[in-house]
Amino acid sequence: MHPEPPLIGQAVPRKEGRDKVTGRARYVDDLVFPGMMYGATVRSPVARGRIRAIHFDENIPWQEFTVVTAQDIPGENCVALILHDQPCLAAEIVNHPEEPVVLLGHPDKHLLEEARRAVRLETEPLPAVFTIEDSLAKKEIIWGEDNVFKSFLVEKGDVDSAWARAEIVVEGEYETGAQEQLYIEPNGMIAVANPDEGVTVWGSMQCPYYVHKALVPLFGLSKDKVRVIQAETGGGFGGKEEYPSMIAAHAALLAWKAGRPVKLIYDRAEDMAATTKRHPSRTRHRTGVTRDGKLVALEIDFVIDGGAYCTLSPVVLSRGTIHAAGPYECPNVRIRSRAVATNAPPHGAFRGFGAPQSVFALERHFDQVAKACGLAPDEFRRRNFVHAGGTLAVSQVIHENVDLPQLMERAFAESDYHAKRARFARENRDARVKKGIGFAAFLHGAGFTGSGEEYLASVVAVEATAEGRVRVLAASTEIGQGANTVFTQIAADTLGLDPELIDIAPPDTAAVPNSGPTVASRTTMIVGKLVESAALGLKQTLVSSGLPGERGGPEGRPCTSEEFQRACAEYIRKHGALRATCQYAPPPGIKWDDEKYQGDAYGAYAWAVYVAEVSVDTVTYEIRVDDFVAVQEVGKVIHPVLATGQIEGGVAQGIGYALYENVVWREGRMVNAQMTNYIMPTSADVPPIRVFFEENPYPFGPGGAKGIGELPMDGPAPAIVNAIEQATGASITRIPVTPEVLMEALEGVHA
Amino acid sequence: MPDAAKVRIAFRVNGSEHIVHAWPMARLLDVLREELRLTGTKEGCGEGECGACAVLLDGALVNSCLVPALHADGASIITIEGVAQGEQLHAVQQAFLEHGGAQCGICTPGMVLAAVNLLEKCPNPTEADIRNGLAGNLCRCTGYMKIFESVVAACKQQR
Repeated sequence: MHPEPPLIGQAVPRKEGRDKVTGRARYVDDLVFPGMMYGATVRSPVARGRIRAIHFDENIPWQEFTVVTAQDIPGENCVALILHDQPCLAAEIVNHPEEPVVLLGHPDKHLLEEARRAVRLETEPLPAVFTIEDSLAKKEIIWGEDNVFKSFLVEKGDVDSAWARAEIVVEGEYETGAQEQLYIEPNGMIAVANPDEGVTVWGSMQCPYYVHKALVPLFGLSKDKVRVIQAETGGGFGGKEEYPSMIAAHAALLAWKAGRPVKLIYDRAEDMAATTKRHPSRTRHRTGVTRDGKLVALEIDFVIDGGAYCTLSPVVLSRGTIHAAGPYECPNVRIRSRAVATNAPPHGAFRGFGAPQSVFALERHFDQVAKACGLAPDEFRRRNFVHAGGTLAVSQVIHENVDLPQLMERAFAESDYHAKRARFARENRDARVKKGIGFAAFLHGAGFTGSGEEYLASVVAVEATAEGRVRVLAASTEIGQGANTVFTQIAADTLGLDPELIDIAPPDTAAVPNSGPTVASRTTMIVGKLVESAALGLKQTLVSSGLPGERGGPEGRPCTSEEFQRACAEYIRKHGALRATCQYAPPPGIKWDDEKYQGDAYGAYAWAVYVAEVSVDTVTYEIRVDDFVAVQEVGKVIHPVLATGQIEGGVAQGIGYALYENVVWREGRMVNAQMTNYIMPTSADVPPIRVFFEENPYPFGPGGAKGIGELPMDGPAPAIVNAIEQATGASITRIPVTPEVLMEALEGVHA
Repeated sequence: MPDAAKVRIAFRVNGSEHIVHAWPMARLLDVLREELRLTGTKEGCGEGECGACAVLLDGALVNSCLVPALHADGASIITIEGVAQGEQLHAVQQAFLEHGGAQCGICTPGMVLAAVNLLEKCPNPTEADIRNGLAGNLCRCTGYMKIFESVVAACKQQR
């Protein structure tokens, strides 16, 4: 099967697909090193307390074990990220359940587990805080001066004077729960570390350079003495953005002390209980509209629970804040947002990164506002959608040719929305199983926020060998989303080459430049553009030294692989290495004010309207999603199968977020840290997920592409809960809508 | 426990005879991964929920994390490494490759075996058959749509 160029737009086979379907792909737990031992982590039994003593049961032959505590850390005891507030191993105070305190290493996994259970931490409990409201009320100060990691204030127009012009004011409060990323491959790392050679780690991760950044100060080593290599990674979804730094640090500390390679793999329960989850949130809305449904004022108070340490909460809060007012034009907006501390394990990155929380609140709330205006939910949206030339809450002028009414019409046509809504309204009255259809409209910004991409200043290199093979060098990781394949398509098209001639270098900080973290829907749009530019640079170098033809081959045809190989060999013979690099530069006209939080928050947005159809059993309180339509505009679709797969997977996670995935907390600890009682959607639970793209190429993306990875996480929850409201009349304001939540709501309705 | 407590287990894996000495209650998953170095079989949860460790044991799809090694004595086992004929992919593998059935790949070995098993038992599955046949295998990446498409494509290919 040889696809004809251009490859962009075609479903070429996944680059590493053959290894994955045959079981040959090597994930971290599949790697074995000579003399390797295993690591285990002893964790805090309490939410907050002072460590009094560590007791080692005398029945364990401790001389056989490597034991590491905070005292063994050669450098700074922190996991370096934004702030340095999170210790790598707690020394005196523990601030959340499952906080790492002691590390154990032994060649026998089973003895290791016995030993782990034989270490007892004696702690003096300190008062702890477990809810957003208690944290805000400073019931106990557990972090900094006021428990607040970060706050933002976005102001547009003059909200205070606008209320006088509002004919209808609608208030609401919305809550979202934590959500576990639940990648099927648990976290894990292998480290080789000693003072002579430095530290090398292999593992499951999204961001090799984040791990690198964390290991350098921990060991007090120079950057060139730390090397981080990504193994094949079995899903991330944000869950392998920041926490792998902690596990790499632990494996490396054990290896450093033991003088042997150490493998540290979490089992499922440990992974669920100890690592990051999506931030729980609480959002208050106050919305002023005219009687004919035009927005006058939007006031939003958005709070997320960051857990015990800062980690990425300021950035999650930023994205949640900017997305909180959605794809709507309102002249007067105030968004106040805060990320607060509680004594739970730190919450972290998860696909959508704050946006699913604030979008849920907005899109649920706007159904209530529509109702208060006596308008259909779609008509209310239509009257307030932002158009090209309009401005978002952060005063960003939209230069994209966005057509939200058209996306909505398409979504309604594909889902038969209007006819079904009318029919369900007629038929529900006497039905035990009531049906509903609802939707959500939203946007999702691609890439780092504001000046973030400039700050990252990502670099990609493309090099060619004398044999005419091309290697793309980037730290961006393949985590299932298809980065390897998309980079191959982009490089092959730019160079006019067969994709078989393109190799993607394995992410290894000793070998690839820092193309930034694999997060924020940035890999295709931002890094892919750098791949395109670097490949173009390589081609220009060859053309200027005699490769025939302006566009690669003679008379504009793509050069043959023989011509390319000859040109590469010739160039390398004459000049040495053939390599081009490209560093990120912002598209022209992008301006962002970090103080006022105004300006071009993102270079481009993906735009979407999702429709969900549900059945609600009013006796068993079971909810099923019967049909799901996802319509989006994401620029040019580079790979239709991968792009559709991204949307379908995100929608399934969104269905879980809305209905099933309930993290049960007891004093800061997840008590259902098992797949048996934390329920994600199975093949029997998902509806047909029908995905449609409208293509509107973005001039600054590779081949016109924008980011899509996070987008599908934002829309399903509000669309589903809006549908539940049509089915039952119950105005549910929190997710997940478990049968218990629905029962409470319906009892209320019936009372 | 002294090593003498280990038991001799003789079984056939992917067509080859193997003899291992293992604790009677060792997990088949660990025996396959650690003794035979067949690492295509994955551990996702260790409690029989996710299906990443699925293998075919005498033709039945089982979660190898729940199967004691002793139980495999005398059995014939197919792991993901035994699905292709040399470099010739099984129709299910080829379909997963072409139709986006594999993303991160960690559920793929178990999912492919579940699909192979389904098509052996039920060569012309309905959509409900496919959904039920794969319901013991969790995938967090795909939302299952591309997996269903892959199974349908493999089914057509096999006809």
